[in-house]
Amino acid sequence: MNEMSEDQVKSIPRKKQIRIALRNCGVIDPERIEEYIEKDGYFSLGRILTELSPEETIRIVKESGLRGRGGAGFPTGLKWEFALKNKSDQKYVVCNADEGDPGAFMDRSILEGDPHSVLEAMAICGYAIGADTGYIYIRAEYPLAIERLKTAITQAREYGFLGKAIFGTKFNFDIFLKYGAGAFVCGEETALIHSMEGRRGEPSLKPPFPAESGYLGKPTNVNNVETFANIPVIFQKGPEWFRGIGTDKSKGTKVFALAGKVNNVGLIEVPMGTTIREVIFEIGGGIREGKKFKAVQTGGPSGGCLTEKHLDTPIDYENLIACGSMMGSGGMIVMDEDDCMVSVARFFLDFTVEESCGKCAPCRIGNKRLYELLDRICKGKGEMEDLDRLKNLSIVIKDTSLCGLGQSSPNPVLSTMDNFYDEYISHVVDKKCPSGVCRDLLEYFIVEENCVGCTACARACPVGAISGERKEPHVINPEICIKCGACMEKCKFDAVILR
Amino acid sequence: MSSVKIELRKDQIEKIHETCEQFGNSEGELINILHRVQGTFGYLPAEVQEVIAEKLNIPVARVYGVVTFYSYFTMTPKGEFPISICTGTACYVRGAEKVLGEFKKELQIEVGETTADGKFSLSCLRCVGACGLAPVVLVGDKTYGRVAPDDVKEIIGEYQS
Repeated sequence: MNEMSEDQVKSIPRKKQIRIALRNCGVIDPERIEEYIEKDGYFSLGRILTELSPEETIRIVKESGLRGRGGAGFPTGLKWEFALKNKSDQKYVVCNADEGDPGAFMDRSILEGDPHSVLEAMAICGYAIGADTGYIYIRAEYPLAIERLKTAITQAREYGFLGKAIFGTKFNFDIFLKYGAGAFVCGEETALIHSMEGRRGEPSLKPPFPAESGYLGKPTNVNNVETFANIPVIFQKGPEWFRGIGTDKSKGTKVFALAGKVNNVGLIEVPMGTTIREVIFEIGGGIREGKKFKAVQTGGPSGGCLTEKHLDTPIDYENLIACGSMMGSGGMIVMDEDDCMVSVARFFLDFTVEESCGKCAPCRIGNKRLYELLDRICKGKGEMEDLDRLKNLSIVIKDTSLCGLGQSSPNPVLSTMDNFYDEYISHVVDKKCPSGVCRDLLEYFIVEENCVGCTACARACPVGAISGERKEPHVINPEICIKCGACMEKCKFDAVILR
Repeated sequence: MSSVKIELRKDQIEKIHETCEQFGNSEGELINILHRVQGTFGYLPAEVQEVIAEKLNIPVARVYGVVTFYSYFTMTPKGEFPISICTGTACYVRGAEKVLGEFKKELQIEVGETTADGKFSLSCLRCVGACGLAPVVLVGDKTYGRVAPDDVKEIIGEYQS
């Protein structure tokens, strides 16, 4: 697993890509601070501490237009300013490395491939808001990233980039690790802070925002790994340079984890405003095995499915929301004609049901009901009224949940219903799954031309659903068949098929 | 909580106390303590939670609440070789369900169970961040990428000797 992240970064064509957050991944040895310094590492921190005031530092971050890469896209400089303005004897900087979106692994790659960029940025943030302590909240599932961070922190302390009187100034700053324990909702900042305090990771109402009352009740600034990784470069090359990349409202680049049914899988970093078509077909090399593109899921379990008609949409925070999805942390899962969108929606709801913290009734109970409705439809027991129920319930859950998880969990249902309503109709009215995924809607069938009448299937069938004379084609009685698949397994002539 | 009572040995209790002390008996460090203790014991049975609660001077319900909230903590012992199948979105799209089905069939256990000989246990994971290698299976710390249902027998075979 060790070399994997570098492989995943390297294997994809560089055209149309600009590397900012991933600039050093796979380029430097992440276990040697010297290599990071050679790439002008810690120069920004040094310059800021000796030449700029906290206010000037924040002004530059604001000018760059950088927005949070964890999903919501809140302006980073503004967030820092809030934390600076709240006076307190103790403040904290927190790096959110609880990358819980299934299908997103950019934070892991940055922490494994370039841990110092995050440490440097956290120290810059500490100086800007007036904090002397930083925590990285990292998933326990990322053992290599944890090791590399530990090494990096030790080295940075040895070089005096962390600790007391950094660069001979009065600024003190040190960083410690806190471990997550597998809870998707902890990506939400108030839940993350509760988890850091050793409690259940349940979100709480905002305000108060963490900038006012966060970790241990002190002003706390929480940013995501990728957001931090952008910070040192902004100070090296200037906010004008950064602002020159991207679209009107979304500046810079975004890292996406391209996965699923696409030829080139791995991490890519493209300027904001790149179209989905460019990402999937030019960088991603198109769909595997020459199949037809069907949808791309962005934003993880909280996002939505985008289709053919969205291919030429330039990617930025606003456009994705307008399409019924969201940026999220940057997972991009490509699906082809063989994927059933109803069961994909069910898959995401299964995830949300599992990960709902249980605090709010609409999310805890409502998502479970959504899952049950979808499950019924996938099993061919759905009725037309269920489609209305799905839609109404989705809207209620979105409107009445406290945190981002509940507010966005019905997105996969709503977006698949908007874009693939015909598939829902097929499942409900015709009791057919057009992609051949939903097992309960399929039939085992013996192809007459292939059947030699060996009777192997009939003998394997536990319920006696198969009849036929020896050396004559056999037939399956769908009324009796329990769809166990035993016949298909036994047949040596590929005569048994699912249709 | 678990139905079978287990009796903790004196040295085991001391070990837990030691871990709590290393983290300053601070309830804010509960998650770190649980990580460490699970690392030593393999799991967190009710009896262990009681010892931790007493040492940190917090209700057992607080400890239990945290243990059951996070999927990383388990109250049942895992097998000698814990097998985890990634069922994140990328793995799902690339056929993780079929791989999981094959493991269930070969080992004759369901997700969350351990084989009678205590050798293998089966669980599902939500994304290990190796989506480029989907579908992914972990046995202990070893990662297997691009696993097909046909590979399952071979993977299990590696640990049966």
